[in-house]
Amino acid sequence: MGSLDYFLFVAFPYIAIAVFLVGTIYRYNQKGYKVTSLSAQFLENRRGFWGTVPFHWGILMVALGHLVAFLFPKLVLSWNSDPARLIMHEGLGFTFAVAVFVGLAALIIRRLTNERLQQVTTRMDLFIEFFLLLQVVLGCWIALGYRWGSSWFAADLSPYLWSLVKLNPQTDAVIAMPLVIKSHIVCAFSILFVFPFTRLVHLLVAPLHYIMRPYQVVIWYWDRKKIRDAGTPWSEARPRNN
Amino acid sequence: MDIRSQISMIFHLDKCIGCHTCSIACKNIWTDRKGVEYQWWNNVETKPGTGYPSKWEDQDIYKGGWEKSGSSIKLKGAGKVKGLGNIFHNPHMPVIDDYYEPFTYKYLDLIESPAGDDQPTARPVSLITGKPIDIKSGPNWDDDLSGTPDYARKDPNLVNLSPAEQEAMFQLEKMAFFYLPRICNHCLNPGCVASCPSGALYKRGEDGIVLVNQDVCRGWRMCVTACPYKKTYYNWHTGKSEKCILCFPRIEAGLAPACMHSCVGRIRYLGVVLYDADRIEEVASSDDKDLVQNHLDLILDPHDPAIIKAAKENGIPDSTIRSAQASPTYKFVKDWGLALPLHAEFRTLPMLFYVPPLLPVMASLGKSDPAQLDKMGPVVKQWNDDWLYDTSTDDIFGTLDNARFPIEYMASLFSAGDTEMVKARIQKLMAVRIHRRHVTVGDISAEKSAEALKQAGLTAKMADDIYYLTSLAKFDDRFVIPASHREQAIEMMEFTGDKKGSAGFGFKEGTAQRGL
Ligand code: SF4
Ligand code: SF4
Repeated sequence: MGSLDYFLFVAFPYIAIAVFLVGTIYRYNQKGYKVTSLSAQFLENRRGFWGTVPFHWGILMVALGHLVAFLFPKLVLSWNSDPARLIMHEGLGFTFAVAVFVGLAALIIRRLTNERLQQVTTRMDLFIEFFLLLQVVLGCWIALGYRWGSSWFAADLSPYLWSLVKLNPQTDAVIAMPLVIKSHIVCAFSILFVFPFTRLVHLLVAPLHYIMRPYQVVIWYWDRKKIRDAGTPWSEARPRNN
Repeated sequence: MDIRSQISMIFHLDKCIGCHTCSIACKNIWTDRKGVEYQWWNNVETKPGTGYPSKWEDQDIYKGGWEKSGSSIKLKGAGKVKGLGNIFHNPHMPVIDDYYEPFTYKYLDLIESPAGDDQPTARPVSLITGKPIDIKSGPNWDDDLSGTPDYARKDPNLVNLSPAEQEAMFQLEKMAFFYLPRICNHCLNPGCVASCPSGALYKRGEDGIVLVNQDVCRGWRMCVTACPYKKTYYNWHTGKSEKCILCFPRIEAGLAPACMHSCVGRIRYLGVVLYDADRIEEVASSDDKDLVQNHLDLILDPHDPAIIKAAKENGIPDSTIRSAQASPTYKFVKDWGLALPLHAEFRTLPMLFYVPPLLPVMASLGKSDPAQLDKMGPVVKQWNDDWLYDTSTDDIFGTLDNARFPIEYMASLFSAGDTEMVKARIQKLMAVRIHRRHVTVGDISAEKSAEALKQAGLTAKMADDIYYLTSLAKFDDRFVIPASHREQAIEMMEFTGDKKGSAGFGFKEGTAQRGL
């Protein structure tokens, strides 16, 4: 194993994961205020629709697909053992990938051509958008050029990722992969690496707890009854929210 | 029974002169920052008109507020399913052009331009892009019925009027208008709070003020849709929502909010009301015809010993109960039955009540008849030698049905379409005038005055009290605010770190900065 391969497929993944964890936790604790979706729909609505909707639903599905193949490789392999199901699976995955590509391209063009949007665009926004675009292009290329990705991902890459998780990296399968696939993997860890410093952080605050919450929220500075009871120790009467 | 106290406001529309002082007071204190230049937490609209943002009352467009669903209610354009489903793109959200593109002028050009053949001008520039723009609209573009074809004629409330009535309203000689100042209503059943997926919006238990926790808001923008009054706004710079905070730092200190303190027409009143929180859902789900009355009935009598006892048991301090007893809001809404909520049919149970305007309704206009003119004496004013602007009190309640300003229009704004409710209030306003004219001018007989009061359901004492609070009231009569308790306020400071920043507004790290 060359030292470059060792760095890219053993050291770098750990660095990326470490930066991701420390970075997001630090950012959330120190600058939690800045963790927001930074939506620009308010400034540009119509064109944004054609970008943001395919992009978000597409990337959610594609990411979910990767996750399932990583977590349950056997399930994916057995599903794929029937050619009709394999084609359907791959076709669906590819459709979502194309949706991501189209949406992202539309978002980038919108961001570059709308004057109002330029006021709320940082260099990091553009960097991460182009980087994601590169990653999607690589992904589509792999899907078309190296069939059938869903099967060999489950068979070869999932064990590699699991070996990383188990702190016992097995890189033989990865190193034997073609360059495009290797780039896709390195890009994926790079995205993880820069994640805490980009607008992508809003993904981590997806408001799923809304589903469980009662609709109305009432917050009290003080527990109304305890505060009026002289016998209550004062630190007991701190806010009882909701 | 779960008795809570709520800060609640009255706007007396007959007194509003449309000067926008309130809006400016608010802007100077709270929204003079990047990203919120377009936000007017307090704005004043001319009615009829489309308002700010354009056509905000039309929920077919913006899908704000609640709608009936079986025996309960559901959010019209947000909520758990719709809100999360539309989280990537919110289809009913107003965008910047529905408000207006904020602008300033390049004043320095007036001074620093090099000498030339032409006068230098201060060109308008966009406060978003910084580039020169052609100003297309502003928050009060429809002031005083300017641009009537574009604004007044497109008022969403006109759908309840027949085409003939609409035509009559817009005949040049008959045109009338009034001002409608608006702030957040600090609703009992706020759509904004219910729609927020992050749980960033909340109602303060102690006084019912509705706030956005800036640290928790993630810019999902659902509150902007769900508030039917469009009183939550998106800060395009920080990517967070903001709204009227009812100047809570002032309220806590017992001071009136800036818009109310500065109001030139002295149209604004603020006080505490007690209500039963257990009944909120039931009342908000009432049938259309009972909705407004149930809404008014939700407010409890602060003089009733049983209510006082229950309030105390629920931890409401004596100072708040005393304020509730002296509350001008309670007087206008309950004692005198003069005020109504704005668009109660949105079902958020707004806690800002309006005294509907009498003047545009009462004055009717007709061809002058010399015989009539003599009879009515100097109260009426000749218009163009031929038209008559009738502010006489003759046959006062008779004129209400062919009023200059259709009662249906008022009913669409203030009583979910129930004309009788608006009529009752307007009759009371008229009766007070007749009574006071009897007392001060004396050209109306005691019998006639007594008859008018009786018909309107008032006593002479009530009429005098209404007159006092409307016309003579001092600052402390108009604003009865229980300050936060000093001893509690000191203890609040113990936890500055975890409470200050989350109080809905303000930043611990200096100026608001945009996230990455
Ligand atoms: S008026 Fe709108 S922003 Fe204010 S409390 Fe009601 S729903 Fe919320
Ligand atoms: S300051 Fe008072 S009178 Fe003037 S516009 Fe505002 S509410 Fe009306």
